[in-house]
Amino acid sequence: MSKRIEAKNVDIYYSKFKAVEDVNMVIEPRAVTAFIGPSGCGKTTFLRTLNRMHEVIPGAYVDGRIDLDGEDLYGPGVDPVNVRRKVGMVFQRPNPFPTMSIKENVLAGLRLNNKSAGTSEQDEIAEKALRGANLWEEVKNRLDLPGSGLSGGQQQRLCIARAIAMSPEVLLMDEPCSALDPISTLAIEDLIQELKATYTIVIVTHNMQQAARVSDTTAFFNIAGTGQPGKLIEMDSTEKIFSTPTVKATEDYITGRFG
Amino acid sequence: MSTATLTPKRSASPSNSLTAGQLPAWTTPVVGAASLAVGFLAAWLLTGEIGLGLGVALSALVFLVVMHVASLTIEGGRRATDRLAKHLVVGMFLLALLPLVSVSLTALTNGINRLDPTFFSTSMRNIVGAGGGAAHAIWGTLIITGVAMAISVPIGLLTAVYLAEYGQGKPLARSITFFVDVMTGIPSIVAGLFAYALFGVLFGIGTVNGMGGAVALSVLMIPVVVRSTEELLRIVPNELREASYALGVPKWKTIMRIVIPTAISGIVAGVILALARIIGETAPLMIAAGFTQSLNTNPTSGAMMTLPVFVYDQYARPGVPREPYWDRAWAGALTLILIVMLLNLVGRLIAKRFAPKTGR
Repeated sequence: MSKRIEAKNVDIYYSKFKAVEDVNMVIEPRAVTAFIGPSGCGKTTFLRTLNRMHEVIPGAYVDGRIDLDGEDLYGPGVDPVNVRRKVGMVFQRPNPFPTMSIKENVLAGLRLNNKSAGTSEQDEIAEKALRGANLWEEVKNRLDLPGSGLSGGQQQRLCIARAIAMSPEVLLMDEPCSALDPISTLAIEDLIQELKATYTIVIVTHNMQQAARVSDTTAFFNIAGTGQPGKLIEMDSTEKIFSTPTVKATEDYITGRFG
Repeated sequence: MSTATLTPKRSASPSNSLTAGQLPAWTTPVVGAASLAVGFLAAWLLTGEIGLGLGVALSALVFLVVMHVASLTIEGGRRATDRLAKHLVVGMFLLALLPLVSVSLTALTNGINRLDPTFFSTSMRNIVGAGGGAAHAIWGTLIITGVAMAISVPIGLLTAVYLAEYGQGKPLARSITFFVDVMTGIPSIVAGLFAYALFGVLFGIGTVNGMGGAVALSVLMIPVVVRSTEELLRIVPNELREASYALGVPKWKTIMRIVIPTAISGIVAGVILALARIIGETAPLMIAAGFTQSLNTNPTSGAMMTLPVFVYDQYARPGVPREPYWDRAWAGALTLILIVMLLNLVGRLIAKRFAPKTGR
């Protein structure tokens, strides 16, 4: 189910401003890849290009090639809607739909995409997704209550359940724990470990311990200065990045000498 | 507010650097009563009679000054300013309420006489003097505003969706916004003349019917609906749109199923407000929908009476004796107020029903 992502010479622009320059990387399936780096270095921007969410912002575009198992995401005639159905995303701040109940939130992707499913099948999908997101035990008795009544950590897991209910091939996470307390963070990190058995996971994080704990591969992005484009500095196995990085800037960032 | 029940009783600690002078709770009512007495006495001394308006004005002035001085000496400058601002705010609120209460009371006391079953069941056909009613005008108002709503809500809603979701920064969107703003300022009589001229061109000079009235009202209603809906769509958090896109939901469906439902309670409230605004229009309907004394429920042919025009007609062109005509005018005005109240009530219910649930 999970797929391999390959980026070649990717430049990302906001109108005339070049935000990210010349990224080449391979993201392996059934593994967790973490993006680290200082604020404004283009981690999130690059993440959003992986499911074509980048172009939602007016004037934004991408140059280069991003392949999902050999299929070019930016090829001519590619419908971004189809890309996003394969590449799910979890955002920095939990954003359940306020008009929907917990169950409707989980099934939102299915219902809004007109995937017909019987009532029992829907219940099954909802339960599976909520169990997958480690939320089932906490909400099984209040599936029809609004999603916005949950705590922040629960809401974030609800958003993860909503993303995995679509059974995507890749799951992108944009600082999924930055708004959460340590216990909720732990729950989500455990969840990431379970999810990597089935999905390709890419996670952006500002927390280096988190990158070290959850990821198999780490990519370090950096920026030369304000107004300069962000660049991929180094990408290697997490163990290597955190013990013997080849580039001095990576070592400085990880040991806290800057950033 | 009634936080007093929640506050536990504390004994004052003798040495606390945080304490400050405080006016006792009974100051406001006592000073208020005293100011009333002083104010009315002064008014009586000045004019030689008990004048309500002057008395209340003088009392308010006395109250403001006494409270400010008392607070200034006991509580200090910051609290005194706070009290002064509070009293001014409350005073202005009461002042604003005055005409509202006065109008409602006048309409109620004068209109209640004729608010009987006959008023709602008969038209003015072949009625001279007492009796008769506004059935034709009530039906006319309901039909014309209903048609106006059916025209304005889809146009207004879709225009707002274009402006908020698709047109951002485009020249077309900017020009629409500009013309919508201009349209909000159109005098209603111009809207009536526009509809009259339009129907004259389309169906022959002098065409007057309910549709004409509805078109005139739509011209007035559309900009209000566009403006309020656009504002509401803009405050729907972008995160919700992104969450929906990230699930692979197309843009049109995101708007239909996520953005509009999130804002629906406000949109409904905006539409109801716009309705309340146009339902009392008189001038455009006089021109475009005309006058009649009989019931006409077909908006496509013949003149159609409406409540505001009915009120004007009864009041401005009474027969002899005048009283039955004026009674009918008041009853018509009261009916209109009741209809608007009912609309607001329905709007609130709908808004509450659709509002995003918090679940806490």
